[in-house]
Amino acid sequence: MIKVAIKNLSLFYDTIQALKNISLNVEKNEILGVVGPANSGKSSFLRALNRLYEIDYARISGTIVLDDTDIFTIPINDLRRRVGLIFATPVVLPGSIHKNMSYGPKLHRKLKESELDEIIFNALSAANLWEEVKDRLKDSAATLSGGQQQRLCIARTLAMGPEVIMMDEPCSGLDPISTAKIEATMLELKEKYTFILVTNNTKQAARVANRTAFFLSGELIEIDKTEKIFTNPADSRTDGYIRGKFG
Amino acid sequence: MTFRIGPRTNQIIAYSILLLMTLITVVVLFFIIGYVFKNGVGQLSLEFLTDKTRNMGKEGGIFPSILGTFFVTIFAIVIATPLGIGSAVYLVEYTRGGLIHRIISFGADCLAGVPSIIYGLFGFIFFVITLNLGWSIISGGLTLAVMIIPTIIRTTEEAIKAVPHSYREISYSLGGGKLDTILKVVLPTSLPGILTGVILGIGRAVGETAAVIFTAGSSLGIPTSAFSSTRTLAVHFYILAREGISMPKAYGTATVLIIIILLVNFIAYRLMHRFMERYY
Repeated sequence: MIKVAIKNLSLFYDTIQALKNISLNVEKNEILGVVGPANSGKSSFLRALNRLYEIDYARISGTIVLDDTDIFTIPINDLRRRVGLIFATPVVLPGSIHKNMSYGPKLHRKLKESELDEIIFNALSAANLWEEVKDRLKDSAATLSGGQQQRLCIARTLAMGPEVIMMDEPCSGLDPISTAKIEATMLELKEKYTFILVTNNTKQAARVANRTAFFLSGELIEIDKTEKIFTNPADSRTDGYIRGKFG
Repeated sequence: MTFRIGPRTNQIIAYSILLLMTLITVVVLFFIIGYVFKNGVGQLSLEFLTDKTRNMGKEGGIFPSILGTFFVTIFAIVIATPLGIGSAVYLVEYTRGGLIHRIISFGADCLAGVPSIIYGLFGFIFFVITLNLGWSIISGGLTLAVMIIPTIIRTTEEAIKAVPHSYREISYSLGGGKLDTILKVVLPTSLPGILTGVILGIGRAVGETAAVIFTAGSSLGIPTSAFSSTRTLAVHFYILAREGISMPKAYGTATVLIIIILLVNFIAYRLMHRFMERYY
């Protein structure tokens, strides 16, 4: 079942074209890995899907359809609630863990204290962070370690009740143990959500992604089952990148 | 053979020069404050602070001037703070560094450098005469507000610009709108910087002479309404010293003025510190 259908997507920053005519579908409840060297348009691709490119004054052409609805007909805050984005560097907002967690939910609807507490508990548990922070929800989020902050960012996104979760190199600044925790979280959550995982670490895509797309200079070179991409890619450029000949 | 200074000596020389520069600055500062205090502290008493001014200031206290300073400053800050912050938010968040932004910023910079007596004349002609507000707390407060708005705009602008772009991205990506992002993320984060601007503004307003002497007047009565003419501490000090009425009373007034400014700074930084602890 198709969750997001992308057709002929191009994205421009002023005169620079960051995405060139991308067409691909994201299946429901899959983890779609997106790999490629720097400047291949991976992040721009994610920013197109929740229309975050608009704050950078970029333009796009093409269509993006979420569950049979064109994303440009969905109210922007609703779209961003449904399609969450987790950034490479965990950025916690100034304030407590609780404040970080309640920021998103409170924007979208009025909540009773008990409802909010339940949302926060569920999201932190799902992100495997509850046990570590349950006694310090009022503490500043900046006191958490890097790995914990990234899981807080994931929990913060989960708290909004998203359908698609996009991650932009979520483990690039993390140690192997924190990375393993985040990958485990993704695998657990994939039953409920659809993931798009942009990563510089091809091994990470090999570990968790069902399918993998290879981007190069703003073009989609190839998209296929992860095993296929990593063992027998159709395009020689994919092969070169996977084998570490460039990138 | 050329003469060379070794790296260690080099360090010592640099250190000494920098230390000397700092010492000169600090000594001058403390000398001024110390000199005023030395001459003024003897005047301080409960009576001096709470009594009416008598015989043009030769006798009695400075209570009317304390009240006048307080009201004029409050009036100026209450008007200037929202206007200044609002303008800064508009400039940074809505004009995207375009031509309008540059023109207004340039204008604000120029205004911040205009001598205060010019503001005084402007206030006199516009508020006192044209708007017929007379010599009053309102005229003085409005004039001071016009004078400190550029300071508040510029400091707020810098504070808002210093908020990491990533905070805004986070807010938008969580579904926040522009206003949510500004009110709930950008402004709380930049509050310490904004507060610094407001404190600078209060400092300028409290210590201002030229701009208020033309607009709030120099009446020694206890102000009864916003339309009362009043004499601020700085103006009182100026008149006492200039007209040779009473130098001891002038130093006493100056001491009170300095203490007020120190207190304002101290309290504001305490508040800021507490805020930072809560939010960071």
